[in-house]
Amino acid sequence: MANVFPKWVNTIPIKVIAAITLLATAVVLGVTYYATPKYTRVGYAPTQPVAFSHALHAGQLEIDCRYCHTFVDRAAHSNVPATEVCMTCHSMVRQDDPQLAMVRDSYESGEPIPWVRVHAAPDYVYFNHAVHVNRGISCVECHGRVDQMEVVHHAKPLSMAFCLECHRNPEEYIRPPEEVYNLAWERPETKEYDEEAIAFVHDWKVNPPQSCSGCHR
Amino acid sequence: MRIFLIIYVFVIVATVTILGFRGSLSTKTPLEVFPDMDHQAKYKPQSENDFFRDRRNDRPIPAGTVARGNYLNQQAVFSEDFADKRLGDTALLEGKDAEGNFIAKLPLAVSYELIEQGRERYEIFCTSCHGSAGDGNGVTKPYGVLAASYHDDRLRNETDGYLYDVIMNGKGLMYGLKDRLSPEESWAIVLYVRALQLSQNAGADALTAAQRSELGF
Repeated sequence: MANVFPKWVNTIPIKVIAAITLLATAVVLGVTYYATPKYTRVGYAPTQPVAFSHALHAGQLEIDCRYCHTFVDRAAHSNVPATEVCMTCHSMVRQDDPQLAMVRDSYESGEPIPWVRVHAAPDYVYFNHAVHVNRGISCVECHGRVDQMEVVHHAKPLSMAFCLECHRNPEEYIRPPEEVYNLAWERPETKEYDEEAIAFVHDWKVNPPQSCSGCHR
Repeated sequence: MRIFLIIYVFVIVATVTILGFRGSLSTKTPLEVFPDMDHQAKYKPQSENDFFRDRRNDRPIPAGTVARGNYLNQQAVFSEDFADKRLGDTALLEGKDAEGNFIAKLPLAVSYELIEQGRERYEIFCTSCHGSAGDGNGVTKPYGVLAASYHDDRLRNETDGYLYDVIMNGKGLMYGLKDRLSPEESWAIVLYVRALQLSQNAGADALTAAQRSELGF
């Protein structure tokens, strides 16, 4: 009886297995690399209606974060400042600058400036700014060095893995409460400080929730 | 198999070329890979609301609104023997007595904690114009802001109530800060301003003998 299949057919199963393996590897690698907030959100730097520079205001002029984001230490939501806050200085500073025309118009008409939101947690996440900044978690941990950004960009992934990393090891991220708004603060690389941080977590009863309902409800 | 490998490599190169690498800056709105329930039909602070013509979710506060709810302890407000002592307390809220004259001394008990709270709020809201020492040399001075120095006889002899009124309602070119400070915080700043004034205008005879010898008098 003559051969029904030619000899090369014998290699088909190996080729199919190799192809599936390669495809699966590429898809898995592609999804892990591209389908997480590390890729989708980090680096998002929208063009704002007014070219406000945090590098100038917070960095060079050393204006405290809370001058504009007034309620970050008193409320869950960290507010974008009202135009009145801009005008507190800009009614005197650079009164005729064309870049500030929209700010002046907004102040006169009462129409808010349409700032573009950069950082946004999903609606099922209940993040409270006040409890974090009042317990030694600095702005910089989630927002990066905003005081060096000409245009604010999304610096950290803010994914659930990112939150849990700190919720599981708060002593690695916590800092003295008076340094929370000092974005340039560097953690001393000493054993004493590590012990201090652990003591701080204990004494201040810092007990970050790891259960679902801690952040989702 | 050769054709498969060529297509495979081509697809990977094309994907990386189009999607780029993690963390590169982009002005494009972030992709949402799994948008399940990220955007829910609920209202969050400072968000948009199509119901109102100005599309603002946070409603402007009508004139004469009295703060309540979160401003006070809700459990206390709804308990049987609650009496709102703050309401109508013109000394605390306006710095004036019943006849409308500025009160001479702040209506809160003075403590070290209150001065520290005042220092914190002063350094957020006041230093950029009035300077850390209260001498009017803030970072805005080179930009043409002429802020008052606290170290002259007029301001040393003014009442606490007057200082409180200026902080809350502004004066001349200075904007009022009553949208950003609670009455208690404002009084804490008044106390800290008094401490600053004393720091620049204290006589040697106000010190103890030990302090004088330390300074070499």
